[in-house]
Amino acid sequence: MLGFTNADYSAILLSVKVATVATLLSLPFAFAVAYLMTYRRFRGRIALDVAVNLPLTLPPVVIGYLLLMLLGQQGLVGKLLLQPLGIKLIFTWKAAVIATSVVGFPLMVRSIRTAMEAIDERLVQVSRLLGAAMLDRIITVILPLSIRGIIAGSVLMFARGLGEFGATVIVAGNIPGVTQTIPLAIYEYASSPKGDVMALSLCAISICISVVVLVFHEYLGRRIVRRD
Amino acid sequence: MELRVAVEKNFGRFLLNADLSVRGKRIGIFGPSGGGKSTLVGLIAGLSRPDRGIITLDGETLFDSSSGINVRTEDRRMGMVFQRPSLFPHLNVKGNLLYGYKRCAPENRKIVFDDVVEVLNIGRLLDSGVKKLSGGEKQRVAIGRAVLGNPRLLLLDEPLSALDDSLKFQIVPFLKNACEAFGIPYLFISHSLLEIRIMTDQVLNVVNGRIVGQTTAEALVRSRMGDSMAGYMNLLQLSAPRQVDALYSYAWGGQQLFTASGDDRPEGLFELSSTDIMLFKSHPEAISARNLLKCRVVGTFQAGNRVGVDLECNGDGRLVAEVVRQAADELGIRAGAEVYAAIKSTAFRKLG
Repeated sequence: MLGFTNADYSAILLSVKVATVATLLSLPFAFAVAYLMTYRRFRGRIALDVAVNLPLTLPPVVIGYLLLMLLGQQGLVGKLLLQPLGIKLIFTWKAAVIATSVVGFPLMVRSIRTAMEAIDERLVQVSRLLGAAMLDRIITVILPLSIRGIIAGSVLMFARGLGEFGATVIVAGNIPGVTQTIPLAIYEYASSPKGDVMALSLCAISICISVVVLVFHEYLGRRIVRRD
Repeated sequence: MELRVAVEKNFGRFLLNADLSVRGKRIGIFGPSGGGKSTLVGLIAGLSRPDRGIITLDGETLFDSSSGINVRTEDRRMGMVFQRPSLFPHLNVKGNLLYGYKRCAPENRKIVFDDVVEVLNIGRLLDSGVKKLSGGEKQRVAIGRAVLGNPRLLLLDEPLSALDDSLKFQIVPFLKNACEAFGIPYLFISHSLLEIRIMTDQVLNVVNGRIVGQTTAEALVRSRMGDSMAGYMNLLQLSAPRQVDALYSYAWGGQQLFTASGDDRPEGLFELSSTDIMLFKSHPEAISARNLLKCRVVGTFQAGNRVGVDLECNGDGRLVAEVVRQAADELGIRAGAEVYAAIKSTAFRKLG
């Protein structure tokens, strides 16, 4: 179809894989951070807020470079944690997952947090009065009542992950068949003399995936409205 | 139930400084809006934390700032019903009702599902979503949910205030029955004297963050009679209505009362102001009022420049009328005297 090479196919698959894994990986953390920001008053709350939201305003390339510094052979985490454990992250698809997670994380947290803030405080109080301890309240009241935000945040992050370029190219590189995702492949085609057709084809694939994601989001949203 | 609270909480512009000790089952907390009633109850429930003080319930310390005890809300076993029903929107009626029951330790589950459903008459609603319920139904489910949590103490924070009058008095019997049937002691918070009288025996009067009085509901009403233009409100539970011409005839103890308002429900709660009862020393030959009751004066009490008259009508019925002092002297109103009380049929106001 459309004359895609094996590397192109793996770029498409890798894009979907990286965005999916990054979204699933971020979900519990984003939920926890949103919970902390909404329901807990603690020292360093503002610092956490800034740290979480920073990737939203920083150029992705900056994030990528900082991650490279951190996770690379000479980096703090890389040297002290990853090397002794024999884990190599940089220039693997896992690095792309980490880059995508960091860039998309604030979007997911914001979305979940907005949903949590809209939950009637009384309902949480009622569940406490009826004997529900913290974890119980989170699972039986806060989670179901913020599910829309969780879905919206996941979709937003997945969509953002599909398009991740700047941070990924620095920490994961642009190795066809290994770390090359759709945007990286398009970039490569666009900079080669006869790559226009292929670049456009990949753009079309990108559009298709995005449409499917949006339709799925709409479908879930409607299902929840109907259930309510 | 024995509750002891001595707490202080500073909100900057408002200081709650409450010191109370009550024993009983039906306790009212009365006072104007913004006086700190809900705040006080929030502290008892553990929803907020006092700056200092102690809270004990039946000998168990729930909060003590000096020894650092602060039992968590979820471990206090307090049921609470708020002004709004606050039902969980993602659960159906049954799920809401059972939320607290499931979390209650098996040995404390004395009140069971079927009984509560029956007392509150919500059997046909069990599988519905909560958004489909009417206001009254929602509040009944909220009451059931709190009761099924098998609380040691039920905190009723203005549970009737958001309901309109007719609905309010439809809920009252459910609320009373539920608490009585299952023997749950409660604190009933309200700014409505009428609700306090119906629901409670003892009353704590809360004004500006302080407990300014502890009395019975009856004494509170009598003490306020002198200040109120509306007088003392007699509450009459009337039964067995019949339609007679344009009026309703209700049984009240051994006698019949004619009322202008009514319906065909077997029982009804009516309100009658002391100012609407006219007293005669001897039988008036012909009067327009449809009700003329022969009564014995049981006693009198002072309220401002007016005299409240306790009447016993045909044995069991009790009424409070009021007259100005001169009239009391002229009619020779004192304990033991016989008088006739005339009441217009339109003076009875049906509550529910």
